[in-house]
Amino acid sequence: MEIKYRNYNNILYVMLDGELDEHTAKFTSKKLDEIFFSTISKQIIIDLSQMKFMDSTGIGVLIGRYKKMKDRGVSIFISNPSYHAEKIFKLTGLYEIMPKIS
Amino acid sequence: MISNNNILNKMELKFSALSINESFARASVSGFCLQLNPSLDELTDIKTAVSEAVTNSIVHAYPNESGEILINVTLCKNQATIEIIDFGVGIKNLEEAKKPFFTTKPDQERSGMGFTVMESFMDKVEVFNNKEGGLKVVLIKNIKEQSVKKVADEII
Repeated sequence: MEIKYRNYNNILYVMLDGELDEHTAKFTSKKLDEIFFSTISKQIIIDLSQMKFMDSTGIGVLIGRYKKMKDRGVSIFISNPSYHAEKIFKLTGLYEIMPKIS
Repeated sequence: MISNNNILNKMELKFSALSINESFARASVSGFCLQLNPSLDELTDIKTAVSEAVTNSIVHAYPNESGEILINVTLCKNQATIEIIDFGVGIKNLEEAKKPFFTTKPDQERSGMGFTVMESFMDKVEVFNNKEGGLKVVLIKNIKEQSVKKVADEII
């Protein structure tokens, strides 16, 4: 999993490039926390256009980050999910806490 | 049970219950299922469901020891049957485990959506505790007939 990010106008853009499963979940969570906590922004956009695979482990990772950022008043949005990632997001109701933006 | 007459092909795969093998397992199974000429969506459905079942075994089956996971894939006309078997501790309450958001490890940021994802991506999912110990998950996916003729007609 490769994670790229940039902070622009107080919006943090994060791009996940790779496969998000049990094997990569710990690293991804840790890396996202490092980026989120070292950046001052009120909004975070997670771009999933380069994510090659995700299973429900990814939901655990995303909800975990949501809980941590919620306490700091930061909103997280999802952008460019694959057809299958979207299927899992709709099944789990993730968009209710992390809305999808285009 | 699948009648032997209808079986086109089968394979089995055994590997250590290590998370590094997850991508190997789902890629191998979906690669084998390619023979049925599935659509990309059907193939990703299989990949995702296999990943869920294998992850469950890796995370829960062997709390105090290392173990193995066995996958059997049977291909029939228009249908793939995938068994994911471990030899670990099994699941005490299967009905509870299948409920959405149920997890025994909430502190580890687990979603508890594994079985729900399997059920929504596959045509049929069965879960058993093996008599000799361990868990067996059976995933069945129907592969729609791709009408080559129709595609050809459209091109012409």
